[in-house]
Amino acid sequence: MNRSSRRLASRPLWAALFATLALATAAPAFAGKVLDAVKQRGSVKCGVTNGVAGFSAPDTQGNWSGLDVDTCRAIAAAVLGDAKKVEFVPLNSQQRFSALQAGEIDILARNTTWNLTRDASLGFHFTTINYYDGQGFLVPKKIKVTSAKQLKGATICTQSGTTNEKNVADWSKAQGIAVKTVVFESFEASFKAFFAGRCQAFTTDASALAGLRNKEAANPDDYLILPELISKEPLAPLVRRGDDEWFAIVKWVPNALIEAEEVGITQANIDQLKGSSKDPAQQRLVGAGDDLGKLLGLDKDWSYRAIKAVGNHGEVFERNVGPKSVLKLPRGVNNLWNKGGLLYALPVR
Amino acid sequence: MAPSAVRSRALGVALQVALVAAVVGGAFWLVTHALEVLRARGVRSGFDFLLQSAGFDISEGWLDFDSGQPFWRAFLAGLINTVRAAVPAALIAVAFGTLLGIGRLAPHALLRGLCAVYVDTVRNVPLLVQMLMLYFALTQLLPDSMAAIELLPGVWLSKGGLAMPWPMREAGDFWPSRLDRPEQGGFNVTGGAVLSPEYLAVVGALALYTAAFVAEIVRAGIASVSTGQKLAAQALGLGPGQQLRIVVLPQALRVIVPSLTNQLLSLTKNSSLAVAVGYPELVSVANTSLNATGRAFECIAVVMAVYLILSLAISSAMNFYNARVALRGWQ
Repeated sequence: MNRSSRRLASRPLWAALFATLALATAAPAFAGKVLDAVKQRGSVKCGVTNGVAGFSAPDTQGNWSGLDVDTCRAIAAAVLGDAKKVEFVPLNSQQRFSALQAGEIDILARNTTWNLTRDASLGFHFTTINYYDGQGFLVPKKIKVTSAKQLKGATICTQSGTTNEKNVADWSKAQGIAVKTVVFESFEASFKAFFAGRCQAFTTDASALAGLRNKEAANPDDYLILPELISKEPLAPLVRRGDDEWFAIVKWVPNALIEAEEVGITQANIDQLKGSSKDPAQQRLVGAGDDLGKLLGLDKDWSYRAIKAVGNHGEVFERNVGPKSVLKLPRGVNNLWNKGGLLYALPVR
Repeated sequence: MAPSAVRSRALGVALQVALVAAVVGGAFWLVTHALEVLRARGVRSGFDFLLQSAGFDISEGWLDFDSGQPFWRAFLAGLINTVRAAVPAALIAVAFGTLLGIGRLAPHALLRGLCAVYVDTVRNVPLLVQMLMLYFALTQLLPDSMAAIELLPGVWLSKGGLAMPWPMREAGDFWPSRLDRPEQGGFNVTGGAVLSPEYLAVVGALALYTAAFVAEIVRAGIASVSTGQKLAAQALGLGPGQQLRIVVLPQALRVIVPSLTNQLLSLTKNSSLAVAVGYPELVSVANTSLNATGRAFECIAVVMAVYLILSLAISSAMNFYNARVALRGWQ
């Protein structure tokens, strides 16, 4: 009993250790091999969260959905021709990097912030940003706080092993607002403690705050998301270094979904456009123009299948985090560049 | 010694040397190969990160820590927090466990029954579950930290924890000169010393859980003293308390101490569960550092080394104590 309960809590640490040790036994060379391995296995192994609404979460039947999940499905559709051929590997925030380093997964799509340390020192390449997030605060209305500047002396709950913890420390230092952070190992424990009243504020990426308030609070109207965002959190899927072909695929599939939105291709009209479109940009994406797929080591219909499977980026957004979803997030900076947002597809040509 | 005996002895030594060499060599190969592979994949490794600034805060503890300070200091603060939770928990566990153990042998059936129920219940529910339950009970049931209740003058209880007056040192003085009394502030009770609910849950759960095991050890120790000894003590006219104190306990300690050492070791290692309820001990700090730097191997190595050293220290202290209570001379 003693031992098993201890094992429960230190599981992430052990998992990380074993994953690192697994490195020792794996062959070092990977170049060009991931695509072959994926084809041979017949599935893409995709590292996701244990359940963050809107990004990657399983329903009661074990079907995964979310923005990151759709990225993986689009890649599976492009590479294997079937969006269902994805093996989702739920990872907590401590396990995620070791799992990718050790080759347990092919893609890590786990709302992971792209920053210099992670990009330059972990042996990864970040691919295409699929969500521009920022860290915010959720507070109960009864503490009568309407701005993060009023949080001086407050206790703030958050989860360990995220950039959130460090952002709060930076923000508190820069603004001269002394706060106390209580850090929990699991996301669940951290928000439960907050809703129990242990902390005056809860902090994490703003997208997750909306989901928490709408899904977990006893009465969502009792809680308020403060207007300030204290950090930039560009979220992107990432891959291991050492396989440039695979890197290119994971970079270009999500990019094709964004370009599809730019040129007006949707899940509904793609079949019709495939036959009738006269626009060369549309033709390239629906597989009726030049064969760009072979440059990626895929076939001509790679982007057709990806868009057909999950829709363009706008549809993916709407379905998972937009007004029709539980999160009800506005498009904001996640809109296309020509509609006031930051999304700008690299030309697929 | 006969030549054949010498030969077999030499063979035995050679085998042992070979085994040790194989184990050490294997470990060395594993580590160097892992490092080589990590380097080949562009993963930075090494302990140099310990000197970089940590960039995160630690919410409580004896060591003042600021996010600008290096990682090694964060680990040290974590270690101190581990000790800060483990030592009081161990003292409470031993004291409470001893009472329970004696209670399990009490002539009074109700007392005996109550102690037995406690031991059997607590011992058979995983510690993590107990800790989480205690923590969520505390945070649910205590009054809001913006409306703390004053138990005694200067002692406040709320979801922010237990705040009490604490001696304050003026700048430049060596001895504390005044008491810092906590007061209700805007969000929390401020001033004085605060025991957070995380800390209370960790110490409480560790102490209550380990006490159940200590109770069984104490009971076994007392039961191991033969009835003849007790009868002899009675014959000498000693009262029940005196019998226990003068005759039974000194003999029982010989049985108790080695098993108790194991429990104290378990308790210290179990304190790593505190990460689940947000208490910033060693594992929690290592978790955060691991994620901030991506140095999984190194952070876990630090944690392992620290627990190993802590455990060896506890076990040598207990062995020293055991040697003192052990039966001297003939047995």
